[in-house]
Amino acid sequence: MCLAIPTQIKAIASDGTATVELGGVEREISLIMTPEAKVGDYVLVHTGYAITLMDPEEAQASLEIFAEIAALEDSLP
Amino acid sequence: MKFIDEFRDPTLARALITQVRREVAAHPECRPVRLMEFCGGHTHAIFHFGLRQMLEGDVEMRSGPGCPVCVTAARDLDRAMALADAQPNVILTTFGDMVRVPGSRGTLQEIRAEGADVRIVYSPLDALALAQAHPDHEVIFLGVGFETTAPGIAAALLQAEQASTPNFSVLSLHKLTPPAMRAILDAGEVALDGIIGPGHVSAVIGSDAWAFLAEDYGMPCAVAGFEPLDLLSAIAALVHARVEGKPEVINTYARSVRAKGNPVAQGMLDQVFEVTAANWRGFGEVPASGLSLKATLAHRDAAQRFPVEVDPVEEPIGCRCGEVLRGVIDPTDCALFRRACTPRNPIGPCMVSAEGACAAYYKYGEPIAG
Amino acid sequence: MKTSAPEQVGPPAKRAARGRHAAAERVLLAHGSGGSLSHELIRDLFVRYFDNALLASMGDSAILDDLPPGRLALTTDSYVVQPLFFPGGDIGELAVCGTVNDLAVMGARPLYLTAGFILEEGLPMADLERVVVSMAATAREAGVQIVTGDTKVVDRGAADGLFINTAGVGVVPPGIELGPHRLQPDDVLLINGTVGDHGMAVMMQREGLTFGSSLQSDTAPLNGLIAHVLAELPDAVHWMRDATRGGVATVLNEWAEGTSLGIEIVESRIPVREEVRAACEFLGLDPLYTANEGKVIIAVAEESAPAALGILREHPRGREAAAIGRVTSDHPGRVTLETPYGARRIVQMLTGAQLPRIC
Repeated sequence: MCLAIPTQIKAIASDGTATVELGGVEREISLIMTPEAKVGDYVLVHTGYAITLMDPEEAQASLEIFAEIAALEDSLP
Repeated sequence: MKFIDEFRDPTLARALITQVRREVAAHPECRPVRLMEFCGGHTHAIFHFGLRQMLEGDVEMRSGPGCPVCVTAARDLDRAMALADAQPNVILTTFGDMVRVPGSRGTLQEIRAEGADVRIVYSPLDALALAQAHPDHEVIFLGVGFETTAPGIAAALLQAEQASTPNFSVLSLHKLTPPAMRAILDAGEVALDGIIGPGHVSAVIGSDAWAFLAEDYGMPCAVAGFEPLDLLSAIAALVHARVEGKPEVINTYARSVRAKGNPVAQGMLDQVFEVTAANWRGFGEVPASGLSLKATLAHRDAAQRFPVEVDPVEEPIGCRCGEVLRGVIDPTDCALFRRACTPRNPIGPCMVSAEGACAAYYKYGEPIAG
Repeated sequence: MKTSAPEQVGPPAKRAARGRHAAAERVLLAHGSGGSLSHELIRDLFVRYFDNALLASMGDSAILDDLPPGRLALTTDSYVVQPLFFPGGDIGELAVCGTVNDLAVMGARPLYLTAGFILEEGLPMADLERVVVSMAATAREAGVQIVTGDTKVVDRGAADGLFINTAGVGVVPPGIELGPHRLQPDDVLLINGTVGDHGMAVMMQREGLTFGSSLQSDTAPLNGLIAHVLAELPDAVHWMRDATRGGVATVLNEWAEGTSLGIEIVESRIPVREEVRAACEFLGLDPLYTANEGKVIIAVAEESAPAALGILREHPRGREAAAIGRVTSDHPGRVTLETPYGARRIVQMLTGAQLPRIC
């Protein structure tokens, strides 16, 4: 239910399986739930399937908010 | 590791913790803010990263029933074990999480030692591959898990149909999370200010699926990921909602969760499963909360393909897993916890599953003296 | 339980037609029965590769003359790893290193090993040879001799290809005394390199859990490294243990439980390879509980810790050595970990093996 990891698609085979990579470790998974995924995209992988595409822009936006919070906290007594 | 390490940054984490503490300090009438983390993976992460201690006094967390292993009814587990013995050529495949959970006659691990062919797989596709490699065996997959996991089983079943692999079937014990949340709130046993919503379930069903919490129950919900910054930002959002008195659904895991979720995955669920009542350990029967195979796939429904007799099961005396799962008590409130019930000798499922609240509390939650 | 299906062998009629040479391609029950086939196996494989006078004399026992002064150390272990060959090692290498290391961490100089083989009928002879070659090479590296052994063959299906037992004899030089009684508060805990490599490298090869990466098992004899440290700092080293099954967390818990002391470790100081972290993320495992076969935890007196770390790092098997924590009089019997967020939490003992999970 919970253990899903963000991975990058390195290659896509003609049968809809992809080779994804995280931290140098690769595995073959199914893209059947994310047919729009392309090489280079990031997908969330759970039990051998990509269950959604990840959104790097949203990730960046979140991190920027956190950085702002950190800057704000630094400036307070 | 991209999308993981950045969300574990200690400096940013400490800033979020400070922010939460400051907001609660400014509104002492809210203290402690009482939150439920629905998902077992969140319970595990909160303990693993030590977040509970960092917010002690200001935020109190109760674990919910979001551990699919913990809420598997004992009778269903007995059914799975009976299937392993149904025919000599059965291979029962399962996720690792299930093998140590005790049913009436032991665990899957124990019946394997007695000669049953029980195999751990990482993916239902591995089970399907096994069926294709061994046409003389019946491969049964033990389908446990919520909406994150069920689409994968659906996809494997559809693939089995397409490939005409006759010897692959599933025992579907899949359950749905929103009905469980409703059941907890309807029961009114636990006072909460907010709910941390399951991030990976939501990647499939969408953050909009939780709108009912705010609309029907006035309960704020923050959909959260599993890294420290994800959890802390969700907690911060819920603290803020509590302070403002504004029930809303906040998606703090936008890099993985869309408002509508993944329609392709949802479509697979619709193709393969229908919604039925399900038996939740600790809750009893909850209407419209389980997934059963559609009639068109009856030939792949292990429960129908291999009818087995299973007696009703009584919960072990003194076991309070049900109350733990409903968030009514903490594991430490159970008289068996850490005494008769330990990971080495688990009495209820909450202690066996790695995600179970009792296992998490046991592993991580002991107060550190000195 | 077998984790992979045995290869199919042709029906008996075909085998007879191929003749004597073909029959030697696989281990047969006859190879374990003491007759001429057994003798040929021992002579052509074990004696040939292990290559020492004691073994060549093929006595029922090996007589060990000229042992150096000191206390005798004896240990034994059995090796049943599946698969037999994994990235960075094999069962043979493991069988030598595991026993050599069990002697070395007690402060003993490993000298002689025994090797008992239980072979499954049908095991390809090429695989057996590969394992034996590996054992010979590892024994040479560790400076030990395999001087006696045994071979039995069991029916197909009764063993996972090959089981090995090795026993080892060594001598603890006078003046070296390591043990739990020497552990004291403020002792610093060192480790000679990254954790979890072996466990994850082996996981890679298992059915249904295969990953492609450059991750290698860390199987290695540590007696050279340990002798080096003991030679330089004989009194400062208090206790050592190799962190095999159950990982670092298990060793530390055993230390804490067995003494009336506590142990504190700092998560950010524990060296872990990126690939091991990533593989653990995939499977929901924790590197702290994952097996190692070339890692030793060393408790040293606080004042000698910087020097000890330097000595470790000079050695090829200690380049990535780190100080990961300390012994304390706080929380006796318990191991705690400091997270990067400043909190401390308990590190419990494992109940059974770590299992891959989806939750």
